[in-house]
Amino acid sequence: MTERTLPAPTPTPETEAFWAATRAGKFLVKTCTECQRAHWYPRALCPFCFADATEWREASGKGRIYSFSIMRRAPQPYAIAYVALEEGPMMMTNIVGCDFDRIAIGQPVRVELREAEGGFRVPVFTPG
Amino acid sequence: MSIKGKSYIVGAYEHPTRKAPDKSVAQLHAEVAAGALADAGLSKEDVDGYFCAGDAPGMGPISMVDYLNLRVRHVDSTDTGGSSYLVHVGHAAEAIAAGKCNVALITLAGRPRSEGMATGTAPRQGNPAQPDLQWEYPYGPTVVNMYAMVAMRHMYEYGTTSEQLAWIKVAASHHAQHNPNAMLREVVTVEDVVNSPMVADPLHRLDCCVISDGGGALIVTRPEIAKSLKRPLVKLIGAGEATKGQMGGAVDLTYSAARVSGAAAFNEAGVTPADIRYASIYDSFTITVLVQLEDLGFCEKGQGGRFVADGNLISGVGKLPFNTDGGGLCNNHPANRGGMTKVIEAVRQVRGEAHPAVQVANCNLALAHGTGGQLGTRHGSGTLIMERE
Repeated sequence: MTERTLPAPTPTPETEAFWAATRAGKFLVKTCTECQRAHWYPRALCPFCFADATEWREASGKGRIYSFSIMRRAPQPYAIAYVALEEGPMMMTNIVGCDFDRIAIGQPVRVELREAEGGFRVPVFTPG
Repeated sequence: MSIKGKSYIVGAYEHPTRKAPDKSVAQLHAEVAAGALADAGLSKEDVDGYFCAGDAPGMGPISMVDYLNLRVRHVDSTDTGGSSYLVHVGHAAEAIAAGKCNVALITLAGRPRSEGMATGTAPRQGNPAQPDLQWEYPYGPTVVNMYAMVAMRHMYEYGTTSEQLAWIKVAASHHAQHNPNAMLREVVTVEDVVNSPMVADPLHRLDCCVISDGGGALIVTRPEIAKSLKRPLVKLIGAGEATKGQMGGAVDLTYSAARVSGAAAFNEAGVTPADIRYASIYDSFTITVLVQLEDLGFCEKGQGGRFVADGNLISGVGKLPFNTDGGGLCNNHPANRGGMTKVIEAVRQVRGEAHPAVQVANCNLALAHGTGGQLGTRHGSGTLIMERE
């Protein structure tokens, strides 16, 4: 089965570094240098303590599925999910490269930087 | 300052259309405004406050006040998606209590059915400046799969089943059979729901609401004016609003903003869920109802599946009659925003003007609640409690 082509993200000045990093094979998460907490989605100001002191750090790329749904009524069915990253925050993503009927909550997954439209690479996850 | 008892809902009108290819959106707003004013026994000249949300075409109240040719001294275009109109009633009560207006008109209208909108199943490409867009749009978030992830997690944490969710649709269909304007009037069974095609696991086609054109309007006014009119008195005694997001990545899909808006409304009204005789509960999907019932306190968190099963939401059968017009699941979901019709049916119940087959006996206390936006990512919430005087 061919998988759905990922549409291009629309970077802003606040996030260009993230998308440049994925092109270079790195998956970054923003962490606050004041309160030390990682957050998602990435912001210039920490969403917890509001310090203007967040920095990009390379993430392990490991996580677990918190919830998911298979979009059946689509030209090419796909699996949307929330994955809890090892670093703490939870992110929306797709689960790819597997039998959709075997996806389960709690399942360990790892990041894959998949080619998207417009030459971007978008973080998705695959079991393992 | 409390709004308790400081305003009344004196006009409520639901447009009978469910498909309006021959009308403009602005025209539908005008038709429902006229309907609600006629219901109240007031005229356009009496309106001095106007409320609308994102469904209003053009530049919100500026365009609509011009089109309707109103002369108002207070406007509010708070947009919390489908819950906007519940929030507007609360805001209207605040404005009336503060002396900013006397007669507030709230309108909603839209034509997603005529316009062929794939409301729930197509990802919506938003404005690139929307801060979440780049982190979500590539993954294909739709209305239905966002709500589906809430249902999937609820099933995992609490053992909720598809059959329990199906009971919500079954109850709505039992009510819709008595509503001549409802889109789906056929009574369905639990088996019908769970055997309908899967749209986004675990939500089936019959777990989803209808897509309809139409609209509705409300008139809120101060006590002296309400008591001068000839309609049964529906007094607003509590209002709450809240929003919920992804909390910087600390996502928790098991509860909604109803936990906050509901508690605020109950606290203001000085009543408890056990006192409520009838509840309008936003039903974009079956899971929406289940989560909100828990968060409003009608049952313990995680017990929603057991609470809704076996007809407990069917008028005349169960303990908590809900959405006696058939709700969004069977009757009407105009402009993809169900908050307006939630208030309208609650007003009918408190007035004793619901269909006789579904009218709750001695309905002296009713609740209307809505969730707007995405239950799974970010949403607004509005709760109203109204009392017959």
